[in-house]
Amino acid sequence: MAHAPLSAADRKLLETTPPEALFAALKRVLFAKGLVAPEEIPAQIAQTERASPLIGAQIVARAWTDPAYRALLLAEPARAVEAFGVSLTGAPPLGVLENRPGQHHLIVCTLCSCYPRAVLGYPPFWYKSAAYRARAVRDPRGLLAEWGTVLPAGTEITVVDSTADYRWMVLPMRPSGTEGWDEARLSALVRVSDLIGMTVPEAPA
Amino acid sequence: MSRFRVGDKVRVREDWPEQRGPVHIRTPHYLRGRAGEIAALLGVFPNPEDLAFDRPAPRLPLYHVRFRPEALWPEPVSGETLLVEIFEPWLTPL
Repeated sequence: MAHAPLSAADRKLLETTPPEALFAALKRVLFAKGLVAPEEIPAQIAQTERASPLIGAQIVARAWTDPAYRALLLAEPARAVEAFGVSLTGAPPLGVLENRPGQHHLIVCTLCSCYPRAVLGYPPFWYKSAAYRARAVRDPRGLLAEWGTVLPAGTEITVVDSTADYRWMVLPMRPSGTEGWDEARLSALVRVSDLIGMTVPEAPA
Repeated sequence: MSRFRVGDKVRVREDWPEQRGPVHIRTPHYLRGRAGEIAALLGVFPNPEDLAFDRPAPRLPLYHVRFRPEALWPEPVSGETLLVEIFEPWLTPL
């Protein structure tokens, strides 16, 4: 059934009804139509809240220390993230973008806020802002510079606009000065902005 | 079957279905009419333009298309490219 435009009366009702009452009404309809089972809603909320950038940081630290894991992460991300208890069953496919010398990646969703929530949790507030979404595609180098991210001369920036069915995360480069560090120490270096490509991980001076 | 191969030059259709009625479209405005190159075939996915309205949604090839900034903006900065997921019906051969 196609959406019919809302009448003025319905629009007013929508705008004046408390969100909790709207949510309750929506749930009743979804359950009555058999589209969602009651237990699926808290389960989905729990899974989304369990995911956080800490999982992404652990994935990156393992990829930095284990070449076989790195290869798996780039070739079959869905299988690789299972090592950290993340199941992508029913979730959009995940793509991992490998930063290399001379090649940096920056992720944005200009249309809305597509984000690899199964792996990284809720996006940071700025990821959803109109300013970030507009500037990431038009002036990525200027945007990065404002965050203090200055890439080596000659580095190409590939901006990945996440418009459809994939969700993307960046595999940053391991910073110099971290030789011999173990996974736990490395993962503590990785911030959410590194996994989006707004910043790059750095070892403490 | 997908229509395009990696390396094919393509143009995004200069079409504005938004002006003809309610739609749900995953092709950003800033790419309409712009030329790019097929970088990868990502898979086949149900057409979001139908899914959003609960219509039967055929599975369509979804490509990663690479655009050079000079094809998009009046003040391109060198050393940048853009990769965007675009469904096959939005692409024409160049």
